Amino acid sequence: MSAPSTALRAGRDPYHIGHGPTADVPEYTGHGAGGPSPKRIVVGYGFWIFILSDVILFSCFFATYTVLIDARNGGPGPQQLFDLHNTAIETACLLLSSFTCGMASLAVARRNLLWSEITLAITGLLGLTFIGLEVHEFLGLAAQGAGPTRSAFLTSFFALVGCHGAHVTAGLLWLGTMMAQFPAKGFKESIRHRYLCFSLFWHALDIIWIGIFTVVYLIGTTTP
Amino acid sequence: MSSDPGRFEEFDLGSHVGEDRVVGEAPSEAQPPTLLSELRGYLIGLALAVLLTAASFWALDEHLIYGPGIVMALIVLGLAQVGVHLVFFLHLTTAPDNTNNALALAFGVLIVSLIFFGSIWVMAHMNHNMMPARALLEMRGG
Repeated sequence: MSAPSTALRAGRDPYHIGHGPTADVPEYTGHGAGGPSPKRIVVGYGFWIFILSDVILFSCFFATYTVLIDARNGGPGPQQLFDLHNTAIETACLLLSSFTCGMASLAVARRNLLWSEITLAITGLLGLTFIGLEVHEFLGLAAQGAGPTRSAFLTSFFALVGCHGAHVTAGLLWLGTMMAQFPAKGFKESIRHRYLCFSLFWHALDIIWIGIFTVVYLIGTTTP
Repeated sequence: MSSDPGRFEEFDLGSHVGEDRVVGEAPSEAQPPTLLSELRGYLIGLALAVLLTAASFWALDEHLIYGPGIVMALIVLGLAQVGVHLVFFLHLTTAPDNTNNALALAFGVLIVSLIFFGSIWVMAHMNHNMMPARALLEMRGG
């Protein structure tokens, strides 16, 4: 948008209430002068609001864990229970899957079906590995009598990490759906918007995991 | 917009990370991002995230950092990594098509801080002011 057209518009529409593309502003610019944003921006914004509400949900679980970390009723604490090697491998899986999800975004943006499917498959395998390691850890804890019913600390641990695991599982189902829909329906707009939301979801889950490995595992094991 | 709009549609919150863009200015229409430039953005993000993650796990080694400072170091490293993910993976910027996303994030951070630090603050005070349960039972039982 050039300066003269801004001046022209300012005279007619000082508050940039918004309208569609016109002769002097041929496209949507995203800051008022050109009217509503393109659908891609609006869809991304709406899903971003959902993700933020999800982050607020997680913040309640984080607060519960931090408050209850000493409420063990004589039971085992983080230092006895957590295997940081397992956590490091889980972290690597999720971080790499976030990266390959970004690679899939590049392939989808270029309508490349083969690379979209390959990168999504790698993302899914890394996600499955993560879930497998988490389930293995949970079963191990339960087997040594440290299940969610043992103490308030363990309840809050299973609630927080389990909630994240449930999100990753849901994300894997969504990923499988996308892998089926790209070949079946093609790269049409609605499918690409759906993929946009999926990629936001997947990246956001990795951000939540940063909080979990920092607060639950690393800071958790520093407390006696 | 180029002659083939939508071809280089990006799958992120808004504008592209590799683009030089002045805050409050319309997106540049000169060149769509190339595969190489976008790939470079993701690779830089991955490298930074790996470095920060490795630093977090190394920070636990008590010989590296002064003991009482470990928790603060872990929090700072974690927040830095969240920033890296927001910029390089979610492509959150200050560009005009991203203003709403950034504002929503700021509001989310406010609410999360209130819930998280508020809970810790309130519960620490409550634990401090309440008589321990064992002492209460002994007093009742005589």
